[in-house]
Amino acid sequence: MTHETTREYADSLRTEELLINMGPQHPSTHGVLRLIVQTDGEMVRRTWPQIGFLHRCFEKIAESLDYAKVIPYTDRMDYLGSMNNPLPFCLAVEKLGGFAVPDRASYLRVIMAELNRIASHLLAFGTYALDLGAFTPFLYGFREREMILSIFEKISGGRLLYHYPRIGGVARDMTPEIAADIRAFLVQMRKVWPEYNTLLSKNQIFVKRTANVGVIPREQAIAYGLTGPCLRGSGVAFDLRKAHPYCGYEHFSFDVPVGEGAMGTTGDCWDRYWVRMVEMMESCKIVEQALDGLPEGPFFEKVGRSFDLPEGEAYVPCENPRGELGFYVVADGSSKALRVKSRAPSFCNLCITDAVCRDVLLADVVAIIGSIDIVLGEVDR
Amino acid sequence: MNDVIQTFHESGAGALFPPLLHVPSWLPFVLAYLVGGGIIVAFMAIMALVWTYGERRIAGFIQVRLGPNRVGPLGILQPLADAIKLLAKEDIMPSAANWSLFTAAPILVFLGAMLPFAVLPFSERIVLTNMQLGLYFVLAFQAIEVIGILMAGWGPGSKWSLYGGMRLAAQMLSYEIPMGLCVLVVIFLAGSLNLGEIVAWQSQGPWILGWAIFRSPAAFVAFFMFYIAGLAGTKRAPFDLPEAESELVAGYHTEYSGLRFAFFFMSEYAAMYVVCALAAILFLGGWHGPIPRPALPENAAFFNAWLDAIHAQAGGGLSVAASLEVFAATLAGTAFSRLGLTIAAYEIVGVINMFLKAFGLYFVMIWVRWTLPRIRIDQVMYLCLKVLLPIGLVCATWAAIQVVVFP
Repeated sequence: MTHETTREYADSLRTEELLINMGPQHPSTHGVLRLIVQTDGEMVRRTWPQIGFLHRCFEKIAESLDYAKVIPYTDRMDYLGSMNNPLPFCLAVEKLGGFAVPDRASYLRVIMAELNRIASHLLAFGTYALDLGAFTPFLYGFREREMILSIFEKISGGRLLYHYPRIGGVARDMTPEIAADIRAFLVQMRKVWPEYNTLLSKNQIFVKRTANVGVIPREQAIAYGLTGPCLRGSGVAFDLRKAHPYCGYEHFSFDVPVGEGAMGTTGDCWDRYWVRMVEMMESCKIVEQALDGLPEGPFFEKVGRSFDLPEGEAYVPCENPRGELGFYVVADGSSKALRVKSRAPSFCNLCITDAVCRDVLLADVVAIIGSIDIVLGEVDR
Repeated sequence: MNDVIQTFHESGAGALFPPLLHVPSWLPFVLAYLVGGGIIVAFMAIMALVWTYGERRIAGFIQVRLGPNRVGPLGILQPLADAIKLLAKEDIMPSAANWSLFTAAPILVFLGAMLPFAVLPFSERIVLTNMQLGLYFVLAFQAIEVIGILMAGWGPGSKWSLYGGMRLAAQMLSYEIPMGLCVLVVIFLAGSLNLGEIVAWQSQGPWILGWAIFRSPAAFVAFFMFYIAGLAGTKRAPFDLPEAESELVAGYHTEYSGLRFAFFFMSEYAAMYVVCALAAILFLGGWHGPIPRPALPENAAFFNAWLDAIHAQAGGGLSVAASLEVFAATLAGTAFSRLGLTIAAYEIVGVINMFLKAFGLYFVMIWVRWTLPRIRIDQVMYLCLKVLLPIGLVCATWAAIQVVVFP
């Protein structure tokens, strides 16, 4: 067989696309996500996310436990946002039972939730840098996160899982020592934040790797039900703390950062990353205001260990570090829920993977998954 | 050989060197190469250990942590512990592997990393072979390493390895050309491919102003380009795509374990030294400056004459491991003479200068690795072929014109 040109020869060769298995033990799938990737050389044509490796039957377990005992299980969903997770569940139960939460408890909830948001975003910042091949920001992020973990340890006793928000209030009261620690942390955080930006955010290589990559247009983001920084990165200024304030968020002044396509297109990986970076500073503002205005009084409304809730149903969403975490609780008059459904942000955000990871480079898939910032404990529950 | 020594003694300088034993003329050469090669490989193995320790301590410093500090004082025995751990590991070969490629790959990579040391000088006289085509030899044998890595990509039958190999092929095509152009600049200016002569050319001028980077703007630019291309050549961050951990698991050495992996690991560090040393020799004056070397006394001329005679005896451009002859002669006769001491000091200062520069460049490599994110494969090719290549062409042209117009 002869061929006139090289082109003809190349066309006569049989080629096929390569299916490659990324995960569940791949270094950058953030836990046990498995991606089946269809590749043509370095180009990725399609991806199929496979989940369920961490499934622990959270919703079923929640049906067989007293309301107060569900809280430790919510902690284990998004284990990087353990201060935020019980909040919507507590709020839903409080709404069903008509419990009044003291102001001081609400303020403490806000302080801890915002500190945890910073901790979670610090980790997202570090692991994202790690995904893109920069090792050092990860450890810098850990350095500041360590301060937050020490604060959490002092107030709750735990460093990863806190069980701090409880139905009717919070587990322990704030002490002057902890308040001083938090203020010291805020000073440190404001000092190092510009350093992070010089090191990574404005780094040319980083910008080239993330700008114009994995663009999620505004309409697509809404259509896929994205929430949190992924949605705001696409330019939609939707934040539950502003849209449907809970725990007294309406008393604090803060901005909702949105992606503006500062380095490329609105809704690219850099925008999602940058929204997280700015949110850290906004959280610092909220924590400062809450500390200044912390009201005196009880931090706990006694509701008892086991109590019956009247028949009814409630859905309460909260703004978690990763997006809208909501619990839909159906009460049947007993001390246990008839049904608990959780709307996990990581799970909903992950759905867009296949739509975004089309005709991108293999290295971009890593950048996109990292920018969506999933926690597999929450995806699988 | 023997008549050379005979002539040498008759010339009157024999008092310095007692007559060597009468041996077959080929024996010293073979012995010199064997011993010299052995010393180089052992030296590189030890240096690889020292450099891994250095890298981990520096990385620890950059990352606000301690680094290794448990095994031995300040953790200096940590690399030794790691080496023993690697030796003790099970040697696994995947069932889908191509036996011959899988086995040959680490050997070829190691060979490619070690062979440049055959001609790479540590100082003026401390060099295994003072080859006329030395520079060409180094660049040619560095490319062997690439073949080994391509084999490591295909051999294990793993998709991630295959990706690593493919990326390396693309990367090599990109960096080799600008790197060659940068080298060409120095070749034009110095008018030689002999590494010793290139350094000798840079010894002219006051203190460090004779260095290639101060002699021509083309060489100044070429130095930085050579360094960037060298980063790509040694697969160091931000060009570590073939082994990109977060993308390709471990790239071409995903399936290698134990001693085979150790070979890849050591080769990487050896290749890094080669690039750093080459940059120092080509652009930064090699063993000249910043520390000035003691002047050689008058009678050193005899010494040089003796060396030249041995070079001539070996025939053609390929000279012998003359340095070892010198070493032996120094030990035998002149160890305590003033000339011997002066030449030893002369060479030791040269080695210190060389290491200062090479390790300085090596430190920058570590610094860059622990600071920057990784570049994407298309960006590597863009950078090398569309940015570095045109600049390299301009530099080479400039150098060519400079040689003709201002000889």
